Amino acid sequence: MSPDTPHLDPIFGRLTLDAIPFQEPILLGTFAVVVLLGIVVVGVVAYFNAWGYLWREWITSVDHKKIGIMYIILAIVMLVRGLADAVMMRLQQAMAFNGADGYLPAHHYDQIFTAHGTIMIFFVATPLIVGVMNFVVPLQIGARDVAFPFLNNIGFWLTTMAAMLVNLSLFVGEFSQAGWVGEPPLSGLADLPGVGVDYYLWALQISGVATIIGGINLLATIMRMRAPGMTFMRMSIFTWSSLCVNALIVLSFPFLTIAVSLLTLDRLIGTHFFTLDAGGNPMAYVNLVWVWGHPEVYILVLPALGLYSEFVATFCSKRLFGYNSMVVALVSICVIGFIVWVHHFFTMGSGASVNAFFGIATACVAIPTGVKVYNWLFTMYRGRIRFEVPMMWTISFMFVFLLGGLTGVLNSIPAADYVLHNGMMVVAHFHNVAIGAITFAMLAAIDYWFPKAFGFRLEPFWGKVAVWSWTIGFFVAWMPIYVAGFVGVTRRTRVFDDPSLQPLYIIAAIGTAIILVGVVAFLIQIYVSIVNRKALRDVTGDPWGGRTLEWSIASPAPDYNFAFTPVVHDVDAWADMKARGYKRPTEGFKAIHMPKNTATGIIASILVFIFAFAVIWYMWWVAAISFLLLLGVLIGHTFIYDRSFHIPEDVVTRTENERTRLLAQQG
Amino acid sequence: MKLHHFYALLPLAAILAGCNAVELNPSGDVAVQERDLILYATELMLIVILPVAFLTTLFAWHYRHDNKSARYEPEWHHSTPLEVVVWGIPIIIIAVMSVTTWKTAHTLDPYAPITRLGPDQPVPPGTKPLVIQVVALDWKWLFIYPEQGIATVNEVAAPINQPIEFRLTADRTQNSLNIPAIAGQVYAMPTMETELHAVVNKVGEYRGKSSRFSGTGFSEMHFWFHGLSTEDFGKWVAQVKTAGGTLDTATYQQLQVQSVSEPVHRYGSVDPQLYKLAVDQCVGKPGNLCLSTIRANDFKKGNGLCRPNVSASN
Ligand code: HEM
Ligand SMILES: [Cu+2]
Repeated sequence: MSPDTPHLDPIFGRLTLDAIPFQEPILLGTFAVVVLLGIVVVGVVAYFNAWGYLWREWITSVDHKKIGIMYIILAIVMLVRGLADAVMMRLQQAMAFNGADGYLPAHHYDQIFTAHGTIMIFFVATPLIVGVMNFVVPLQIGARDVAFPFLNNIGFWLTTMAAMLVNLSLFVGEFSQAGWVGEPPLSGLADLPGVGVDYYLWALQISGVATIIGGINLLATIMRMRAPGMTFMRMSIFTWSSLCVNALIVLSFPFLTIAVSLLTLDRLIGTHFFTLDAGGNPMAYVNLVWVWGHPEVYILVLPALGLYSEFVATFCSKRLFGYNSMVVALVSICVIGFIVWVHHFFTMGSGASVNAFFGIATACVAIPTGVKVYNWLFTMYRGRIRFEVPMMWTISFMFVFLLGGLTGVLNSIPAADYVLHNGMMVVAHFHNVAIGAITFAMLAAIDYWFPKAFGFRLEPFWGKVAVWSWTIGFFVAWMPIYVAGFVGVTRRTRVFDDPSLQPLYIIAAIGTAIILVGVVAFLIQIYVSIVNRKALRDVTGDPWGGRTLEWSIASPAPDYNFAFTPVVHDVDAWADMKARGYKRPTEGFKAIHMPKNTATGIIASILVFIFAFAVIWYMWWVAAISFLLLLGVLIGHTFIYDRSFHIPEDVVTRTENERTRLLAQQG
Repeated sequence: MKLHHFYALLPLAAILAGCNAVELNPSGDVAVQERDLILYATELMLIVILPVAFLTTLFAWHYRHDNKSARYEPEWHHSTPLEVVVWGIPIIIIAVMSVTTWKTAHTLDPYAPITRLGPDQPVPPGTKPLVIQVVALDWKWLFIYPEQGIATVNEVAAPINQPIEFRLTADRTQNSLNIPAIAGQVYAMPTMETELHAVVNKVGEYRGKSSRFSGTGFSEMHFWFHGLSTEDFGKWVAQVKTAGGTLDTATYQQLQVQSVSEPVHRYGSVDPQLYKLAVDQCVGKPGNLCLSTIRANDFKKGNGLCRPNVSASN
């Protein structure tokens, strides 16, 4: 169908009751569960009369810590959602041998891997890193909030609305079937005329814009809001990696915006940017999307590498080895990351020298990455290693990452890529990094900063169960897939013609089950810790013997973060302060100037959601109204002049006195 | 297999024992070289990775918190010699590998005509490659033998030790021609023509498939590649010839209809223009409006502002 189809209903556009998949029991069941859960949540909130609290303290909040936490909650919910897809694929692939068709028809299977990839990248990995950066970076640089608190709030709500939009597509309409980067001609109107690709494009568009907003915000924050004395070469490595990542975001995400916009135009108003006829060229999309896509993988992995640097130094009770090298390595990864995108399509017939250039550039990334591994190693050397949960994640990561690095470099050699491209080897490689580097780092980060967010530590036993299950599960689930890659199995395959592969896929399914144990252990860990929160209370504010500024303040961090702006004299500012016998001031507190909450973020985001939904279904009148309302709300927002308030002196004094009392109790 | 490759295989060998690892045991010279390249690069990297894995284990154990006898130097964080090593080793490894990367990108370039049938076995002078034109359709493979004047669907054959020149295009969706035992893959894309040069050295039946996701029937888009002796290849061609049927624009239009798990078809004769028309996207278009014509018209209309796209081999 296209916009000028004659049967378009003037009110509902192309939306009819057929859009709801009544004939698919799996989907209908899931839908019922989601609706039920929704009702339960609403019921619980209503029962505790918590709407006002949620609205004031969270939904409209501009506090970077709360926004960070909300990003992480969104990501965890979406992680469970993405894993459900993974389990379905694993079951299908374990079954579909010897002529068996499995239980998922192609139409459904193709939606699932697209949904899994899209959700995992845009609504799990990205919100996780954005959430952690949001929470941690201002604390580490000694700031009270980010540079643009309102943008932070609207960025979060746009991301959430995009996540809801993309999930809605399963229940009202269909999911895209064109893979997670949605390359034409497959994603063009001619091949996939349904709403799936449109949902996908709008979800990417909205979350992409949200990510750019967030990137600008954190970039400005790190550039302009560091505590006095914190020169660039005194920032923590995690802050450095955040700086690099946000620069990458600001430079690369516009390419995604362009690619997605042009493809949307092709589908919506019949332009020919990427069509096969009338001068369109699908190659243009492939280039644009990978000019964004490759930096995107560094956007996801660099914060993880930054996090490991923090954990290693903290839990080895030792200064990080080779700080300057680490910084040089980070910056060079960023720069090289921009000249490697062609390695995603060596097999599309570019010339030998072009391929060789991009192949070598790609392999060069292994140099700074290798340096980082060595530096963690030498940080452990002559340290005192405490195997707390974040450190266990780190050690596990170091082994898993060695394998991921090896296979990554293999893929970078064009002549090897002719064999490996689009094979299970590539899939195993990127899960190696997506799970073993990114997900591990984020789970470790949650464990590490949980006390700073909520005032109590997470119970370590279940954390350790999670570490072991994820680690063992990773190897059991993905080593067979590496083998499948070497045997020559192609990705996105739904049924197999070679029966000798079945054992591999059965082992992989078992590994996935072990990973699920890890996910459940993590959820139990949070539950058990909430129950035992009194016993796990972090009184000192510095439960790990931390080295950076966030550990100098109370747990949970007060709204204003720092009663007095700290002054920095060295890398690892807090370790330095402790070493020089720093005395925390206990009087002389002043009122603190803070940004005010705002409802514009959520209202505007809901309008964006409605607008996108209406355009996807060609309900032009709804689109027009919601767009005008959106403009009105945004313009209206500019007339709000009263955007800040003071936390009164006595509140600050009371909060800080409470900390003084707790610390004194400690002895 | 060369002996030194054996070590790189050790960790894999255990798991691979049960499977027939095509990519590790190929039957075509190009695929053999590609496999050797992968093994070589793996070994090269293991030189760094194994010691690091060992040291990680060692340090994690030795410097554990409760080992009070281990040395503890909380302020030690810099050492110039170590930093030189830390940067030096990866630089050397990557530099060494880059030389190979550059060389093999050229020697194993899918566009480069085959120059050898195996190690120390150059192609005899005067050998002409067997040309096979390939069209990826939704969801089946069409193979046209212009010199033999035959065509097949979802089945392809070639004589051993004669270079093969695949010329690839597609009808609607992008696919990738992948016969792992013979050579790496190259994409088949609509409106464009790509090339893949390969050779098969051993008689046998090899799996072929698409390696680029192209929609509903993608998983079933596989076929058999018959590696035949020269004699048997002659017989096979004769067989196909007697199968009758002509591949012309009318039959092509039937093939353009989407279908899953299409059975093998054989055509005893072929419209010699067909492949060109397929690349040019003309078959079945009203008024024979080919892409090249449209582009030429656009070029005229645009007063030279928009250049015609160069379609073939991009
Ligand atoms: C934790 C367990 C996970 C399992 C068992 C799993 C499983 C899978 C499977 C079976 C596929 C399809 C492979 C194929 O094409 O044949 C897939 C694809 C993919 N996965 Fe995962 N996955 C997991 C976690 C993740 C994570 C954490 C991420 C990213 C952060 C991720 C990102 C992707 C992407 C981008 C694709 C490609 C989708 C496409 O082909 O368009 N996965 N995964
Ligand atoms: Cu890349």
